[in-house]
Amino acid sequence: MKELFVLAEHRQGELRDITFEMLTKGMELSQKINADLTAVLLGHNIKEFAKKLADHAKRVLIIDDARLENFNAEAYQRVLFHLISERKPSLTLIGHTAFGVDLAPSLATELNLPLATDCIDLDFEGEKLVVIRQVYGGKVNVKASLRKSESYIVTLRPATFEAQEPKPQDGDIVKIASPLSEDITCKRFIEYFQPPAGEVDITKADIIVAIGRGIKDANNMPVVEKLAEALGGVLACSRPIVDKGWLPNDRQVGTSGKIVKPKLYIAIGISGQFQHISGMKNSDLIVAINKDSKAPIFRAADYGVVEDLFKVVPSLTNKILEEKH
Amino acid sequence: MNVIVCVKHVPETAEAEIAIHESGKRIKTEDLVFDINEWDDYAVEEAVLLKEKLGGSVTAVTVGPEDADSTLRKCLARGADRAIRLTDKAFEGSDSYAITKILYKTIKDLPFDLILTGTQASDDGCAQVGVVLAELLGIPHVTMVKKVETMEGLVKVNRELEGGLGEVMEVKLPALLAIQTGINEPRYISIMGIRKAMKKEIKVLSLRDVGLTEEEVGESGSWITVEKMFIPPVEKEAEILTGGVDEIATKIVETLRAKGLI
Ligand SMILES: Cc1cc2nc3c(=O)[nH]c(=O)nc-3n(C[C@H](O)[C@H](O)[C@H](O)COP(=O)(O)OP(=O)(O)OC[C@H]3O[C@@H](n4cnc5c(N)ncnc54)[C@H](O)[C@@H]3O)c2cc1C
Repeated sequence: MKELFVLAEHRQGELRDITFEMLTKGMELSQKINADLTAVLLGHNIKEFAKKLADHAKRVLIIDDARLENFNAEAYQRVLFHLISERKPSLTLIGHTAFGVDLAPSLATELNLPLATDCIDLDFEGEKLVVIRQVYGGKVNVKASLRKSESYIVTLRPATFEAQEPKPQDGDIVKIASPLSEDITCKRFIEYFQPPAGEVDITKADIIVAIGRGIKDANNMPVVEKLAEALGGVLACSRPIVDKGWLPNDRQVGTSGKIVKPKLYIAIGISGQFQHISGMKNSDLIVAINKDSKAPIFRAADYGVVEDLFKVVPSLTNKILEEKH
Repeated sequence: MNVIVCVKHVPETAEAEIAIHESGKRIKTEDLVFDINEWDDYAVEEAVLLKEKLGGSVTAVTVGPEDADSTLRKCLARGADRAIRLTDKAFEGSDSYAITKILYKTIKDLPFDLILTGTQASDDGCAQVGVVLAELLGIPHVTMVKKVETMEGLVKVNRELEGGLGEVMEVKLPALLAIQTGINEPRYISIMGIRKAMKKEIKVLSLRDVGLTEEEVGESGSWITVEKMFIPPVEKEAEILTGGVDEIATKIVETLRAKGLI
């Protein structure tokens, strides 16, 4: 029996979106290669998740062990090593998330199976598995093939595939005894932490003026501050601005920052790498200002301006102030 | 604390015009400026901070052509004590897995307590090298590390997750940490530092020196092989506003007014 594995991802009592995105893609691929779609669920007290997953897969393999309660790549790897060695799925899909990035490469190495990470698409061409990846910050796509193998591992970029409503599968829930025999000794999970909330909640703002590395220097901040003020909006940013300490943590938009959905999002000097795009793509109206016409941000925006921000932004600010008077 | 830090010499592409090479399998790099991978820059700084606090040494290692020496010099100027470059014609076409095998063969014989890498490289974005290296060495790893505290025989780290959430983990030494941007503030490198770094030796090792065969590296030793590179197809593209700067500004204002945003 051929199988295609999807590793369910959950945290703090919730199945994460990437799980359903992978199940959607996994269903399509499993039909193509005539394999059963199997959701693999590891954790502790996870019965509710199993029921949900059974709607989306032919089978749910569930391993319940207190040592799997919080994600710990050490424990997860040991369990998956056993499971994949034994059942030899044609393919295992894992999310390209903080969880999958910590797990997939070492798992593939231990199993001696080929791995492709951060894929935006994949397909079987006969026996061969091909993937599409993005490189150079989203400016170039690559089609690559994996070394021929009876089993592959691929990590999928989150928010790339749309999760579809399932045709209820009523999959079998199969409990498997935990293969963990020893304690987990090298790595210990201690706790989660959330940074303290700041004064401005960008997730509630109607108008966001977001700046990226194109602003170049902290001394240039007034240029965009004036625009935000003229529009009655708030300032947000891409990651490098927070890394440099020019704006506080809670102003960062993106996968590791905040997801925003304002009426207007003006992206200034932001290249538009997927970690940023996934935090702002659902804004009602997106205007991007970037001097590079090939910047990926223009693929997410409604209106684009290919210009030096230091020329356009002051002019725009003036025009808005005139308009308001 | 003896720290090894793995670095990559990468082209800066965020603001550059990119063209695909005739072979269709790589980009043209002749006109691009190369520098240390952004994530590695933070890793080197963290390594030097650890050395300054606890003593020991920092060794920077890269797989790359002679040009990559400028990235190693940057590491030396920042405070690394030694630099190693792994170079061989046979390494061409290696994916991150094959590159990691080359690093592994070299690093396994060096004394270390901690290995640092960047979370990912800005060119291929694979985010594999650190985790594969840890597995080959048989040591634990943590990725996306935003804070490191050293303790007796272990490190306590903050690891970044999604949506602003983080987690605290304890890891036994020796271990490998893949560093995330923003963990520190990479220091300014002085002219003096650069001059001193120019005088330090960079050790260069080949396929034979590290004890690998040709089959274990390059395309044959890789997990994935590039079939072709292409500019992403346009699914949705912004309407580009053209004209002089004031004209463009007027167009934006009109749009915003029409949508009731001002
Ligand atoms: C695990 C992980 C999580 C991450 N999480 C996030 C996240 O939550 N949010 C996030 O934003 N990033 C995140 N990143 C980082 C992300 O990959 C990019 O590095 C980052 O988004 C790039 O920011 P940028 O667009 O401001 O900078 P760059 O990519 O350097 O782009 C700068 C842009 O400015 C333009 N520019 C320069 N000068 C001018 C000028 N004078 N006028 C007009 N345009 C100009 C350039 O053409 C370029 O397009 C994450 C990365 C990882 C690995």
